[in-house]
Amino acid sequence: MIIPAEYYLILATVLFFIGVFGFFTRRNLISLLISTELMLNAVDINFAVFNAYCHPEHLEGFFFTMFGIGITAAETGVAIAIIINVFRNAKSIHIKNLRELKY
Amino acid sequence: MEFSIFILAIPILSFLILGLCGMKMPHKAAGLLGTTAIATVAILSYIAAAIYFGAGRNDEGLFPTLIPYALQWLPLGNTLSIEMGIMLDPISIMMLIVITTVSLMVHIYSLGYMKGERGFQRYYAFLSLFTFSMLGLVVATNIFQMYVFWELVGVSSYLLIGFYYTKPAAIAASKKAFIVTRFADLFFLIGILIYGYYTETFSFTPTELLLSSAATVLPTALGLMFIGGAGKSAMFPLHIWLPDAMEGPTPVSALIHAATMVVAGVYLVARMFPLFIAYAPEVLHMIAYVGAFTALYAAIVACVQTDIKRVLAFSTISQIAFMMVALGVSLSDDPHKGGLGYMASMFHLFTHAMFKGLLFLGAGAIIHAVHSNEKSHMGGLRKYMPVTHITFLIACLAIAGIPPFAGFFSKDEILAACYNYSPAMGIFMSFVAALTAFYMFRLYYLIFWGKSHYEEELALYTAGKTTHEPHKPHEAPATMTTPLIILAIITCVAGFIPFGKFISSNGHAYDIHIDAAVATTSILLAVAGIVIATIMYAKGDSKITQAINSSMKNIINAAYHRFYMDELWLFVTKKIIFNCISRPIAWFDRHIIDGAMDMLAIVTQKLGNYVRPMQSGNVQSYSVWFLGGALIIILTLIYFA
Amino acid sequence: MNILNLFVLIPLVMLFALWLCRNIKQIRTVMVAGSTLLLALSVYLTIDFIALRSAGVTAPQLYCNSWSWFPSLNICYSIGVDGISVAMLLLSSIIVFTGTFASWNIKPQTKEFFLWYVLLSLGVYGFFITTDMFAMFMFYETALIPMYLLIGVWGSGKKEYSAMKLTLMLMGGSAFLLMGILGIYYGSGATTMNIHEIAQLNNIPTDIQYIFFPLTFIGFGVLGALFPFHTWSPDGHASAPTSVSMLHAGVLMKLGGYGCFRIAMYLLPQAANDLAWIFIILTTISVVYGALSAISQTDLKYINAYSSVSHCGLVLFAILMMTQTSCTGAILQMLSHGLMTALFFALIGMIYGRTHTRDIRQMQGLMKIMPFLAVGYVIAGLANLGLPGFSGFIAEMTIFVGAFMVDDTFHRAVTIIACTSIVITAVYILRVVGKILYGEPTNEEHKKLSDATWDERFTVICLVICVAGLGIAPMWVSDLINSGVGDIITNLRP
Repeated sequence: MIIPAEYYLILATVLFFIGVFGFFTRRNLISLLISTELMLNAVDINFAVFNAYCHPEHLEGFFFTMFGIGITAAETGVAIAIIINVFRNAKSIHIKNLRELKY
Repeated sequence: MEFSIFILAIPILSFLILGLCGMKMPHKAAGLLGTTAIATVAILSYIAAAIYFGAGRNDEGLFPTLIPYALQWLPLGNTLSIEMGIMLDPISIMMLIVITTVSLMVHIYSLGYMKGERGFQRYYAFLSLFTFSMLGLVVATNIFQMYVFWELVGVSSYLLIGFYYTKPAAIAASKKAFIVTRFADLFFLIGILIYGYYTETFSFTPTELLLSSAATVLPTALGLMFIGGAGKSAMFPLHIWLPDAMEGPTPVSALIHAATMVVAGVYLVARMFPLFIAYAPEVLHMIAYVGAFTALYAAIVACVQTDIKRVLAFSTISQIAFMMVALGVSLSDDPHKGGLGYMASMFHLFTHAMFKGLLFLGAGAIIHAVHSNEKSHMGGLRKYMPVTHITFLIACLAIAGIPPFAGFFSKDEILAACYNYSPAMGIFMSFVAALTAFYMFRLYYLIFWGKSHYEEELALYTAGKTTHEPHKPHEAPATMTTPLIILAIITCVAGFIPFGKFISSNGHAYDIHIDAAVATTSILLAVAGIVIATIMYAKGDSKITQAINSSMKNIINAAYHRFYMDELWLFVTKKIIFNCISRPIAWFDRHIIDGAMDMLAIVTQKLGNYVRPMQSGNVQSYSVWFLGGALIIILTLIYFA
Repeated sequence: MNILNLFVLIPLVMLFALWLCRNIKQIRTVMVAGSTLLLALSVYLTIDFIALRSAGVTAPQLYCNSWSWFPSLNICYSIGVDGISVAMLLLSSIIVFTGTFASWNIKPQTKEFFLWYVLLSLGVYGFFITTDMFAMFMFYETALIPMYLLIGVWGSGKKEYSAMKLTLMLMGGSAFLLMGILGIYYGSGATTMNIHEIAQLNNIPTDIQYIFFPLTFIGFGVLGALFPFHTWSPDGHASAPTSVSMLHAGVLMKLGGYGCFRIAMYLLPQAANDLAWIFIILTTISVVYGALSAISQTDLKYINAYSSVSHCGLVLFAILMMTQTSCTGAILQMLSHGLMTALFFALIGMIYGRTHTRDIRQMQGLMKIMPFLAVGYVIAGLANLGLPGFSGFIAEMTIFVGAFMVDDTFHRAVTIIACTSIVITAVYILRVVGKILYGEPTNEEHKKLSDATWDERFTVICLVICVAGLGIAPMWVSDLINSGVGDIITNLRP
């Protein structure tokens, strides 16, 4: 039996908006990063789903997903590094306390 | 006449040399350089005069007007241009003689008078500059050249009045002199602009055609030019700078503020005389009334001043006013038909330069001897300074109008011209002439007769009442007395020069003849003036004098304060212009205009502050906006697509 | 190789050389060599230009050349000069040259100072040689921006405020100007940015002219100290270092007058004729008002800044009179005022460098302490109040005679009002001279001060010679300028 595409899409949408919600409301850098990851994963799922359902003969969507995962991993690495450095300098990763570079 | 260029070139070269490297020269060298230069110029002027008048009249019976040099200096559009050149005609030749003679005398005299002064070289440099500018003024070929040099004499006068630049009074006086004359020059300039525009030339003799088309505006133009002349020649109410200008060194007062620069206004009117007569006789008569009033005003003020240089200054104002009156009462350009005034005025200018120069130089010698300008420090000086005494007396007799001294002849011509114009004017001016005799002899007696200030001081000192040993007055050195003697001789003989043969209003020869009635009245009035002065002042303060003084206390006090003209001017300039115009404008500029600009900046900043919070720097809020914006766009697109 | 390109190339080379400099000696060598070269170049250009003109070359612009730069907008780097620009180039070179000596001992960051200084002069030279509106605008901006840093970093007093105010006001002017330039470009059919080609087309509709003439005129007028947009001038000059004041008052303010004449009046003749009266009133106010407010100032630089407002007002006043003579007078006045204020600001800078005050109430008797500077100041003062023999006199007289040639009551009245400035000028000049130079020195501190050093003497003497030279022999400059003015006037008064 074939699972209808809507199931995946609903999952991706829910995942995406969980990410958005997290991104808007959390004040902790790590949580923000996690939220971003959720959004990216939602997008990846969408790529895979649309590829599989609409153009099964091509593989670009899967490639994109692979790249997306790779870039996400790299980005996470960089982001974690920045966050660690921020923490070392500011002794906090709460964004309310990070106003040094504003204005 | 090509050599006439040297008459201008030598003084300016002398100025440049003395001005640029004078400070490195010893005093004597600088003084001699300046004096030699001006002596050369004087000789050149005499030669020029001899050649010019020696060449005789042309076929029309006139002395030709020579223009040996004229070059275009500044082109102004298609028709107008400013020329610089040299013009020789009878009056400019006469002025050359007057200026170089008095200037030479002053140069020689200053060798003694200014000896050892700080800035001696600077003094001679300025004298050379002044001589150059004044000579340039009189040989001007056009009205604009005259204006150029007019400004230059103004500035040399400014520099020389302010020669003692550490003295506050001198600083104030020089500033006042410059600004008052500059104010008058403004009108002169506007006059020139009108004249130049309508006659399409700055020349003194525009073509008849252009003149007649400009006839309606010529009176305005000439009247404005006269205001300029009135400023330089210290006519009421622009006379206020001249008495203060006496703060300068006395030889400078003799040269600039008695003999030469202050008659520039008279010279200007004389230069424009043909136009005045032809197109603006009513302006000419206005000049006569202004002159007459000034003559009386200055004479009255001169009667009560105590500073001897101030007395001489007011007497100068009064005498220049005489010259103005003489020009003003002219009715035609024919000396036989009411145009006598022109010749009389020039004649008086000539003789006045000599005897007034003499008076000032004499006063300088006196000041040099007693170290004060105040009459109270003088008295009884005739024993101590015989040469100065005699020469001063000669000059006083000349200015009072006693024959055979020069002043008699020229003043007599002026009075004759006045009577010719109207008896009232004649009587008025005769009265002023009598007043002249009175105040000059008052001055003479106060200086040379009466109780000697020195002897009184000496008596006090010998009696042990003061510890201060008085300074004994002494006769001036030869460098100072020689010019006095030379000028005195000129004063004695100048009256016999057949002046009308050289200068007259229409250029034709005119025989001066003494009008017996006028001459007798004026002599009688002069003698009366002298007698009154003798009674009142010969023996110091007599009882009559005191009685008169106490009975006319108010008038005398007012006259002593020059009828408060200075206070009035001060009020206008300090209170009105400075405090009521300049200050508010400066305030307005700083606070309103600049405030408006600052307000623009402040408003922008406030607006910025209002908008700035949106740029919180908070990525989360940005992304909320972003998401909202994206949703709106998407929904819009979906809705409209 | 067009000789005019050198006016941009030499400053560029100087910039590069300055960048490489290691010590103050090298910097001075580069500056002196470069500015001397520029001075020599502009003298050569002047002589050559006069020679060409007297040989009968009548083309309005000489040494013309054009390189396409941004074809889709018709922007070209086109160069060419007429008599007016030659005179202005000469003026700029003299000021840049003397300004170098006036900032001989500038500290700190000498190298950076001169870098900005050269960039500023590059903008000025570029502005005067180009005939393309856009290139002109670009060079104009190049000249303005360094001013902010030069005042803000090396200035004195409330320098940040002044620098900001000056830059913002001038930038505001630039905004108007840019609109004006675009208006002219599109109004004339968007085919060319070249001034002379637009002038020949002469096809801008009248209603468009009415909109863009005021914009362009005010845009340039801000720099030319047009009332009421002049208030940057007192603050800016007061805070600027000496040589920047010299360059600013001496040359930069001339950009305004030049631009008004070259672009606003020349390209929008119809509107210039119809709307001139508004600006004539404003400039007349500038002339009298500037002079009157100078009377009651107490800071030497403020006095001079207001005096500049008055004198530059006279420049704009004269060009608005639109007669051949008055416009010649305007250019003469630019030259003369450039030289005179440069001299004035140089002297004020030198006096301030010694006494550390510019308040005229705190100085007295400087004539005894520093005779050279004091005499220089008197000469500058006399030149400023229009003494014959100095350049101010010929410029003012040419303007007044020219302005008087317009035969109607309004023009007559404003001319007479403007004439009164010669009296007011005398008042404030003599007031300062009497207060600070004459009298006995009272301040003990001041008695120990020294007179001018050699580089200061050199600056002063150079400028005095220029001012006097122009005043004594005005015919050649007058001829030079006349040829350039004629072309523009013909366009204005067909």
